[in-house]
Amino acid sequence: MSDFKVNKTFGEINEKIRKGEAVVVTAEEMIGITKESGPVEAARKVDVVTTGTFGIMCSSGAFLNFGHSKPRIRASRVHLNGVEAYAGIAAVDCYIGATQTREDDPLNKVFPGRFRYGGGHVIEDLVAGRQVHLQAESYGTDCYPSRAYEAFMTLEDFPDAVLLNPRNAYQNYNCAINRSGKTIYTYMGILRPDCVNANYSTSGQLSPLLNDPLYKTIGMGTRIFLGGGVGYVIGAGTQHNPGAERSKNGVVMGGAGTISVRGDLKGMSSKFLRGASLTGYGCSLNVGIGVPIPILNEEMAMFTSVSDDEIFVPVVDYGSDYPEGGGSAITHVTYGKLRTGEIEVEGKKIITAPLSSYSAALEIAGVLKEWIRSGRFLLGEPQETLPSAPFAGFANLQ
Amino acid sequence: MASRNVLLIFKANIMYKPVIYRLARDFDLVFNILEAKILPRKEGRILLELRGEEDLIDKGVKFLKDHQVLVENLSDRVWREEDLCVHCGACTGLCPTQALYVTPPDMKVGFDVNKCVACGMCGIVCPFGAMKDVTLFDPFAENAVGK
Repeated sequence: MSDFKVNKTFGEINEKIRKGEAVVVTAEEMIGITKESGPVEAARKVDVVTTGTFGIMCSSGAFLNFGHSKPRIRASRVHLNGVEAYAGIAAVDCYIGATQTREDDPLNKVFPGRFRYGGGHVIEDLVAGRQVHLQAESYGTDCYPSRAYEAFMTLEDFPDAVLLNPRNAYQNYNCAINRSGKTIYTYMGILRPDCVNANYSTSGQLSPLLNDPLYKTIGMGTRIFLGGGVGYVIGAGTQHNPGAERSKNGVVMGGAGTISVRGDLKGMSSKFLRGASLTGYGCSLNVGIGVPIPILNEEMAMFTSVSDDEIFVPVVDYGSDYPEGGGSAITHVTYGKLRTGEIEVEGKKIITAPLSSYSAALEIAGVLKEWIRSGRFLLGEPQETLPSAPFAGFANLQ
Repeated sequence: MASRNVLLIFKANIMYKPVIYRLARDFDLVFNILEAKILPRKEGRILLELRGEEDLIDKGVKFLKDHQVLVENLSDRVWREEDLCVHCGACTGLCPTQALYVTPPDMKVGFDVNKCVACGMCGIVCPFGAMKDVTLFDPFAENAVGK
């Protein structure tokens, strides 16, 4: 028997969505609702809370099948607009990774390199309907005699194109500063020496995994907003670490959980899949993800009502500690404080800037809310939730 | 007291002529050199902040033009490609004049071109190439100002 006063199932919530009766709010709206009515009343009222995030997610890429040529080729090397796609799989399958750079890119030879075009940009071009130049090479076999093949193709010409990201939507992350004496160019942006500026990169109170910190409703089969289309969580992402330090509300105090996601590239939009160039670092892909969280009970109402002031972020030195393999927290600050534009670390005032678009995250949560409200989007009940951690429960759940 | 950021281009025929000091002497303008680049025998470019009475700034600018200096308002030359900006905010921590800033509650990134000094940092940090100001000091750039 459940200890909760409110007990809903995925099936019941989906039935309400089908009838157009489900109450859906964004994670931002849920903060006020739970504060006003209390978690039990909020759980009775609200069926689904939508989340969103739109940030640089390097562990992303797309499986592409480019169709059989005449005569046939068993491609052993594939390039798309000069960017190599991994071809060590079947004849005309390949995987284009987000951070792959163009063959002739000067990289960091003239520092800092600009990395203007890479795998992420190929994916954006495809999704935007732009033509890409495919070049395949092979050694030739009896059944696949061609040794070279090239074509100009748009996304529609690919029989299959699937976004498949090994690790996305990091649950919380670092706030990066630079204690060294020179400007550094990192995946956390450009950091001025002597702690002049600090960068952080999650959507905080709107972030998917921060709203279900113990992954009670998220796992293989969770249907999500992915890159403007529909996708699925297919399991824990690489480096998923539920054992990270947590505050009393169950929320992790640094990078912890991750998800691996998959979705049909053909239904996506270049508004929410954008190639990114990080000066001095490399190429990547900005991915838009929104996860709907069913309010099964008052505990889920509490989890989804978490606000920026209650989420702690570790401040990490990317000047020397992080590159050397460390990465310990100098101190912790809240997203609420980070969003004011200034934090204080070791008595020094530091300018803060976000790298993950809160406004796009808000838009994603809003779009997903509309999809669910209109009955177009049903919740996917996970076949298996992500590995989690023990949680003592909330002291007062009234 | 008004303020205006202008780009001055001195072509080879006038580039060694002292002109700017007269903005202070004749028009009572405070000028502040934000950036300067001189290509010997070709041209010089100066980014200047002018402060003073509005009509005196106009008169000062007219004086410069009368002396064959090409004058461009910075606000006409620096812009953000709105379709490319995703409002992430990466530029806001590096902008020295807070011309780029995050606005609560929706956290969109605002751009006040009148505060911009065309330092070019946002052009380097923007992952999406949304800030279009990098050609301002390069007379050889495609579509360069003052050709």
